Parts: sequence; C-alpha cells; structure tokens
Amino acid sequence: MAKITYIHSTSKEYTVDVSNGLTVMEGAVQNDIPGIDADCGGSMACATCHVYVEEKWFTKLQEKIEGEDDMLDIAFKPNKFSRLSCQIIVSDELDGLRVKMPEQQG
Amino acid sequence: MINTDVLIIGAGPAGLFAVHQLGLIGLKAEVVDNLDKIGGQCIELYPDKPIYDIPALKECSGGELTAKLLEQIKPFKTNFHLNERVQEVSKENNKWKIVTSKKSVFLASGIIIAGGVGSFEPRKFSVKDVERFENKGVFYSVKDKTNFKNKKICIFGGGDSALDWAIELSKNAEVVLLHRRQEFRGTGHSVETAKKLEKEGKLIIKTPYEINSIEGKDEVSAITVKSENGKVEKIHTNCVLGFFGLIMKLGPIAEWGLNLDKKHIPVNTENFQTNKEGIFAIGDICTYPGKLKLILSGFHEGALAARACFKLARPNEKYRFEFTTTSKTLHERLGVKNK
Repeated sequence: MAKITYIHSTSKEYTVDVSNGLTVMEGAVQNDIPGIDADCGGSMACATCHVYVEEKWFTKLQEKIEGEDDMLDIAFKPNKFSRLSCQIIVSDELDGLRVKMPEQQG
Repeated sequence: MINTDVLIIGAGPAGLFAVHQLGLIGLKAEVVDNLDKIGGQCIELYPDKPIYDIPALKECSGGELTAKLLEQIKPFKTNFHLNERVQEVSKENNKWKIVTSKKSVFLASGIIIAGGVGSFEPRKFSVKDVERFENKGVFYSVKDKTNFKNKKICIFGGGDSALDWAIELSKNAEVVLLHRRQEFRGTGHSVETAKKLEKEGKLIIKTPYEINSIEGKDEVSAITVKSENGKVEKIHTNCVLGFFGLIMKLGPIAEWGLNLDKKHIPVNTENFQTNKEGIFAIGDICTYPGKLKLILSGFHEGALAARACFKLARPNEKYRFEFTTTSKTLHERLGVKNK
C-alpha cells in the first residue's frame, strides 16, 4: 500500500491509499480523481494518463519500457519528467509518491 | 443520397464483425471511418503488436486481425467511406439521416456506433494562439507538397510522418526537424536517411527541442523554440508542421442527443441500444455494468445489435435464428457451396 498524491493542474491535491500491484492510473480512476482520462484502459495505446512525476521520485521509478516514450510523444506538453501513469506499478517503496497532472489529456 | 439498412460508424474490429452479423441476416451496411484505412485502433495504434485474447487465435497482430475480418466479410461487398467523419445525425420520417464531413448523405433504419474512443485526430501544438494560425502557416498534414516549395519549414515530431516529410520536403525547401527528445521513434531506415541528409547539410535536426511560441500578424512569421535546458531561440519561418501522432476525440458524437457517461455511451445489454431508438453502440465506446474493453466483447455486442437492427429494417418480416453450419440461406449469403 502506498499513499499517492495527485496534483491537479489547478494545484488542488488529492491524496489516496493505493494497493500494491495497481497502477498509479488505476489509483486515480478508482478514486474518481479528475485529470487522468485513461482512454485505452491501460494498454499503453493512448497518452491520456500522462503525469509529471516529481523529480526526486522520478529516478526511483522502474524504468520506462519500450514504447512508453513513443506514446509520450503524443501526450499533451510532455517533459523530461513525464510518465504514463498506467505504467507505474504501486508498491510500498512508492509510499509518498507525488505526481502532477497536465492541464489536459486529450 | 445512399440508402442502406444500417450505417456503421467505425471500421475497427467491432464495426467489421457487425458487418458480418448484419450480412448473415440479410441486412446491408455501409461503413464510415475518419481514418484513411480500415482497422481502427488495431491498425492505427498496434498493427504489429500481438494480441493473445481473440478466441481461437493463439496470437494475432492488429494488422492480421483486420485482414482476417475483412476476408470474412468479403461476401457482403461492403462500401467503406474512409477519411470521412459523421457530423450530423437526425431523424427523417422513420429513418436516420446521416451527414458526413465530406457531405455524403445516408438514410438508414439503424446506426451502429463502433467508434472506439472517438475519431482519431492530430495532436496539435499546445502553445498560445496556435489555433489562430491553423492553415495560415501551421499545418498538421501535407495536402499538396508543392505549397512548401522553396520555403523555410520547421517540422516537429519524432515518428515516421515527421521524418518522411522532413526527408521529402528537404528536396525543395529548407527544413528544420525538431523533436522533444534525442531518439526518433520512426523506422530505422527513415532515421538513417534523415541523419545522412543532416551530414550532407541538406536537413537541420534539432533535439531535444520544443516549440515555445508562434509569432506573426495574420500568418506565421517566426517561432521560438526551447531546448531541454531552457535556452530559447528564434527561427524565422512561415511554415510550421506538427506530426505528433493521432489522439482520440469523441467529436460530433457528443452532439447527437445521446446519453454520455464521461466519454462512453450507456447502452442496454439486451440489444446495445442507446437512449435513442435505432442508434446502437458497441465496442470500446459503449458502457454498461460489467463492460470489458476487449475485442471479443465488441463481437458479441455487434451480434446482438445486428438482430435488433433487423426488426427496424424489416418491420414486416419475422427474424429467424439460424446456424451457419446448417442454414442454406446463410450459405447462400456467405457464398459457400453446400457440401
């Protein structure tokens, strides 16, 4: 279990407990947190669960698999801390993770 | 005006199998899709990625699945209207009138929306005022390459479209190719060709760079770009092309008076009808308790929606359930010889 904070583009913060094994995207969707669309349902076939991971957490995440950066090219305003939240799997180590959501997904 | 029994919106796997199910029961379908090719997400997003959960197919790529579905619906000689997006849907007498972006008009008893997550549209630049310059220096496709002759062009993107157009347009224009990261996602061959042109001084490649602003009065006169370390520089140009890839937008579907749940259309699970009689939704775009976004679910949904379309298109006939193994009528429709 990890406490994850989702920061909306308006700066509003949502902190929820997310079970291990779920993705950061699922944590948002299951808790009705606005700002993550996840149109494709987590198959890495869209870029609508795009988040910016806070710098100190970015290096602690498992590395991107092939294809994630390609999808991020299609995302709205990607930067070097961009990730697809459907590809970040929650574990105890991620307790306290903070991710920021872009102004829009689609 | 094209008269048909059913109009299908979306040529992905759900839409294609709906053609089959309609064809079997003797109904004619026309298919409209905004993409330039048949296959929907399967062909646009993962043509080469293997899928492992299509019943009876251990492994199958998006491209192979599309080809197999097309083979299966061959007997029904279906018309596909590609590069067209359905814009308007309205009731006319007892039928639905459908108008597309190319002004094609259809009259159908039923509509099956098999639109995935909406229509694919280009991801656009996200800088201020960019809409104002659309088609006035900012483009997301090349319709006529002669328009770009002898110009200075900035192309943004890292995929095949960006690379291929940079290569092509650099023959007759001064081209700068910019991408947000070092690696290009295009095919090896395109990347090599672009790098070779760069060495020969025929193409400028700038990475990792992003667009920062667009300047100009009525048309684009210059842009500024920002490197990863925040350095901003100005490029004088009249042509900016963005090839970031396609995103899915619900588009005009939202304006047809259908109930929506976020980006999905609620349906009943008896016949996958929406809140409008005669309009059905199947595949990824529909939602109901327990909905699974799997291709196989789209097949089931299409089979049931097709039967409901029969009642609308042939109100005076009685629908008879038949098996393809035994029915002579079905064999005739499929063009198979009785053994």
